[in-house]
Amino acid sequence: MKSLTLQLNGSKVTHEVEPRQTLADFLREQCRLTATHLGCEHGACGACTVAVDGQATRSCLRLAIMCEGQSVQTLEGLDDDPTMEVLRRHFHQSHALQCGFCTPGMLMMARDILSRMTNPNAQTVRDQLSGQICRCTGYSGIVTAIVAAGRELGRAPQA
Amino acid sequence: MKAAAFDYAAPKTLAEASALLGSNGAATAALAGGQSLLPMLNLRLALPDLVVDLGRLEELKEIAATRTNIRVGALTTHAAIEDGKLPETFGGLMQKVASNISYRAVRNHGTIGGSVALADPASDWSGCLMALGAQVRIAGRKGTRSQPIGEFVLGQYSTSLAADEIIVGFDVPRPDAALRWGSFKVVRKSGAFANSIAFAVSHGRGGPAVVVLAAAADRPCLLPAVAERIQAGEKSEDVLRGAIAQDVKDVTKDDSYLMRLHTSTVLRAVREVEAK
Repeated sequence: MKSLTLQLNGSKVTHEVEPRQTLADFLREQCRLTATHLGCEHGACGACTVAVDGQATRSCLRLAIMCEGQSVQTLEGLDDDPTMEVLRRHFHQSHALQCGFCTPGMLMMARDILSRMTNPNAQTVRDQLSGQICRCTGYSGIVTAIVAAGRELGRAPQA
Repeated sequence: MKAAAFDYAAPKTLAEASALLGSNGAATAALAGGQSLLPMLNLRLALPDLVVDLGRLEELKEIAATRTNIRVGALTTHAAIEDGKLPETFGGLMQKVASNISYRAVRNHGTIGGSVALADPASDWSGCLMALGAQVRIAGRKGTRSQPIGEFVLGQYSTSLAADEIIVGFDVPRPDAALRWGSFKVVRKSGAFANSIAFAVSHGRGGPAVVVLAAAADRPCLLPAVAERIQAGEKSEDVLRGAIAQDVKDVTKDDSYLMRLHTSTVLRAVREVEAK
């Protein structure tokens, strides 16, 4: 076991981890932050997407121990985030989820897309979402929600 | 789908990293961005006793422009290249290549050095760097060395790296004339492994040209007959197809699908050069 200290959703935390433990397992099992879902565990599905130092990251493709000294943000830490508030509303309005398994990853990736691009169109959103799998195949609603959120945020001056 | 147990070290100096990698042979794995190693660990395709995290080695993060070269540190991420963080983007070629690797969340951590060191035949960087004439800078217990990338990649998942050696970075020569380039990649789904990738580069008009086909054989290969036709300003599609057939026949053998596939990617890359 090794000691790991990182910033987790704004708070400094220290835990003992096994080197083989992925960031995803660390978040779910040790920190009990279960918004981050694990689908494929080899980087194909995107369900486990979180932000590490502000960068979208597949938490199944990062060892927890690699995050020493870094800042990790999960969906739980974004309750009061202005972009996430808009995304949540549009996901609700556009019926952008069915079973909900992929939704945390979709939301984290959507926030990342909207942080890099102003008012992206549907084709751009589809390209950017190609690494997120929804096995209900509910992509249409998801794309609609992200485009609408982008439009709303694009109108307001960016914070 | 969980990794088997292993030890972990995150050395802060090259000498320390080299000693750790060299002491245990094949049972040690070097970790850069982890975007290929982590899936292999999770699937238990890789079963190292020790993982050496190279992420704290400052020498591998250097990005610099010298009079003749652009120095790209091994730990430079695909996302950094996509976002134009290199002092020269080679007319946009490296940005385009970076932006078509896997997905953004993977590009945020996957590194150019890790990609070349793994030498997956379907990867993008070794072929691209070959087209740009890059040298690989390598450090090990015996000191440092430099090798052209075409000689560095030996085959499928095979390079000239000794157990204790680490890629420090790449020296990519600055083009002496405006770079005209084309690249085309066939993937069944965006972000998936490629079935065929072509890079065509011409230094100015009538200057030296290089054409590389990747994801076709066990390592990227040069297409000298096609390069010669670009340099001569050849426009005839029949002549270009003939040159491609001559260059790729050893790769495609008698498979007509592969011949059409690779002909198509190379032709599109060549057309893109001509349009510039």
